[in-house]
Amino acid sequence: MKRALFILAVLIFTTSPVYVWAGNQNSAIEDLNAKEFISEHLSDSYEWQIVSDGAKHITVPLSIILYSKTTGWHLFPSSHFQHGTAAYNGFKIASEGKYKGKIVETDARENISRPLDLSLTKNAASLLFASLLIILIIMGVARLLKRDSMKPRKGFAGMIEMLVLSINDEVIKPSIGKDHQRYAPYLLTVFFFIFTNNLLGLIPVFPGGANVTGNIAVTLVLAVATFLIINLTGTKEYYKEILWPDVPTWLKIPIPLMPIVEIVGTLTKPFALMIRLFANMMAGHSIVLGLTMLIFITASMGMAINVSMTFLSVIFTVFIDFVELLIAYIQAYVFTLLSAVFIGLARMESHSEKKKVIETGQVA
Amino acid sequence: MSLLTPEPGLLFWMLVSFGITVFVLAKFGFPSILKSVEKRKNYIEESLLAARKAHEELAGIKKTGEAVLAQARKEQADILKDASLKREMMIEKAREEARQESEKLIASARRQISAEKEEALRSIRSEAATLSLTLAERILREKLGTKEEQKKMIDRLFSEMDISRS
Repeated sequence: MKRALFILAVLIFTTSPVYVWAGNQNSAIEDLNAKEFISEHLSDSYEWQIVSDGAKHITVPLSIILYSKTTGWHLFPSSHFQHGTAAYNGFKIASEGKYKGKIVETDARENISRPLDLSLTKNAASLLFASLLIILIIMGVARLLKRDSMKPRKGFAGMIEMLVLSINDEVIKPSIGKDHQRYAPYLLTVFFFIFTNNLLGLIPVFPGGANVTGNIAVTLVLAVATFLIINLTGTKEYYKEILWPDVPTWLKIPIPLMPIVEIVGTLTKPFALMIRLFANMMAGHSIVLGLTMLIFITASMGMAINVSMTFLSVIFTVFIDFVELLIAYIQAYVFTLLSAVFIGLARMESHSEKKKVIETGQVA
Repeated sequence: MSLLTPEPGLLFWMLVSFGITVFVLAKFGFPSILKSVEKRKNYIEESLLAARKAHEELAGIKKTGEAVLAQARKEQADILKDASLKREMMIEKAREEARQESEKLIASARRQISAEKEEALRSIRSEAATLSLTLAERILREKLGTKEEQKKMIDRLFSEMDISRS
């Protein structure tokens, strides 16, 4: 009871300044478009925002790397755009149109085109940061284990070891079977990559907060990598099952109906992986943002509604954040599990061989 | 929908960062961790097996020790029993010998006593005979010292002889 009261007090005290702030800026909030705000936060940006109150921005500038067909390579910090309000060297961040929010190039004839944009955006920087973090953590644990492998680990290293073991023993081994050692390092890397990025995405302040795994480009690369692993290491039997499956001949000749279905099947598997991770993480971020937006949307509806909705919003946001923690793990787990299952399917042995094994087993 | 179209820039950075991560971790990180853990697992399994074996061996040793102890105890009991039997036998024998010896001694003593008694009797008898002869001689000498006495004596003897003849 005492604890519950304490939590309640903390919630009220921490949310009231938000209310005060929102009330003071009433005029600024009225033209706040919730939909725009959310989609802006879900998509990538050229600078890493720390704090913004509408007029003043505190951001970490990121490097802009561009290749224009006419002027060649360009490298400059994103602060030159002055938060999207200024143009620099003929480049600017489009505020509307087809390329909204992206850098466009305006040439001498006022034609707007999109240069090759390799800028280190917020998502890219977050990706690099996360990669560095995972490499440091895993290599640290690996070195610690190598130095004295007989000593049981405690604390953080023990937790990482436990995660590695649980994924390796409960996901990878049973799904792939015989050759699991060959694929375990890749699948573990995928798991930790997705998990770390998911968790970093849940941290709302600076080094986190980027919607990385909720971005289709990121999940696309992950899915393509898994697709390549599945199909480049498939057995002969796997390809036979795709190109000449064990079905009545009229399903294969003259129209190769089943082969087409099978080939589409090989593509839909990683496609489903890509969409699942992307949609789950994006949806999670949208819900958190939407619930937080409740505070600012109701700011103009009077104090009583605003205070109660603020209270509700904080409770719901905390709840959804806990759910998101769960989802961060589940999605990384599911991606790894399904990748392992698909790899296991591609490592199948021929039916005749399997039958032989069963028969000899029965004889024995 | 800009959310569903992958950005080439981000694709590039994702390829770079994911590629580096996979390269480093799949080559140096995870195999090393898995190997270490496998090593430890094997070590633990071996230790458990060794411990179980040692335990069994200990139990075996205990068992043989108990058997040896039981045997020793049995032997001890046997020896004790044997010893007590022997002791009794010896005592019995010694007693028997003692009895025989004493009987022999008693018999010889008796014989000696009876022999000595006879001897004594014999000597007493001869002494008594000699003494009575001497006494008789003295008495006779006293009584037949004078001539009348001797005459009286002869008379009486004669009378007696007459009486018996008549």
